[in-house]
Amino acid sequence: MALTNETIKLKLIEKFGEQVLNFEEPYGLLTFEAPKENNLKVLQFLYDDAELGFTFLTDLTAVHYPTLKGRELAVVYHLHNLPANIRLRFKVYTDIETPDVYTATRLFESANWMERETFDFFGINFVGHPNLKRILNVEEMDYFPLRKEFPLEDQSRRDKDDEMFGRGGSIW
Amino acid sequence: MAHVNDTASQFPGQVHETPGGGIVLSKLDDVINWARSNSLWPLTFATSCCGIEMMAVASAKYDFSRFGFEVARASPRQADVIIIAGTIVNKMAPVLKRLYDQMPDPKYVIAMGACAISGGPFFYNTYSVVKGADHIIPVDVYVAGCPPRPEALLHALISLQQKIKNGLTREQIKTGKE
Ligand code: SF4
Repeated sequence: MALTNETIKLKLIEKFGEQVLNFEEPYGLLTFEAPKENNLKVLQFLYDDAELGFTFLTDLTAVHYPTLKGRELAVVYHLHNLPANIRLRFKVYTDIETPDVYTATRLFESANWMERETFDFFGINFVGHPNLKRILNVEEMDYFPLRKEFPLEDQSRRDKDDEMFGRGGSIW
Repeated sequence: MAHVNDTASQFPGQVHETPGGGIVLSKLDDVINWARSNSLWPLTFATSCCGIEMMAVASAKYDFSRFGFEVARASPRQADVIIIAGTIVNKMAPVLKRLYDQMPDPKYVIAMGACAISGGPFFYNTYSVVKGADHIIPVDVYVAGCPPRPEALLHALISLQQKIKNGLTREQIKTGKE
């Protein structure tokens, strides 16, 4: 039987029960969430289970949701089962004050620099990462540029018309 | 700065006909500058989209070898001119400086495109882009454009040649003597 989103979801619920939640399927991509303490358990289960076999980490990044108090930062894992050619998206949320998430480097070698990049841009502290330092930005940088703490544009500018940039109406 | 004269592309000096041959009168400095300007080897250095345009200029259709930019060298130690083709980010800045320092004198710099001139499209609201390569190394010729047309880069290369032929080295300009 081919692997479907429904089977994956049932297997996850069977194994983790209440610990996996918020299942969605935007554009057919199975998306779900787990508490951040359990991220490695879930990844390991997805990796080890003979039928699931999500052995390829396509992408690892983060998202900043400034309005979700207490769970501002989401770490997003994109996994791929190559033989069945099926993908899923797995999120864990963390407080921006204590952005500590366990590293996936023991499971996926490729997580090494993706986690460094995520640390560089969002300041997620990957606990247990072998070499967690900035990778793309200069080392002296003392902030995390992709957090939504910064205005997108210099607010004093009057020479740019939003209409020309596909962002709604004119600023005037 | 010396003025640009029309004879910049010709051999400097006068030929005096004598029976059975001729004598050339010239200044050694002029001959050296003439030789230098006609064999400027660029460093292979491209950091973003302008680099694609620079490669087009090196390719058969535009072919900057015609003007003496014979081969792009992969080592700064063999290069005479560095064409800064693309965005310079903060992390690249020390590398660019080091490459420049490794080039033997005399060395020349062309800033190609808006990014290399001023940060270009990334001038505002950036956390990573250097606002002009001339914050890091001195620039001889600027080429406007995003990216500049190949013809514009050829024009810049020829302008650099004229600058060398007509005039003074950067050190001479700095110390104020010929
Ligand atoms: S000037 Fe324009 S084309 Fe050139 S590197 Fe910058 S963005 Fe790219």
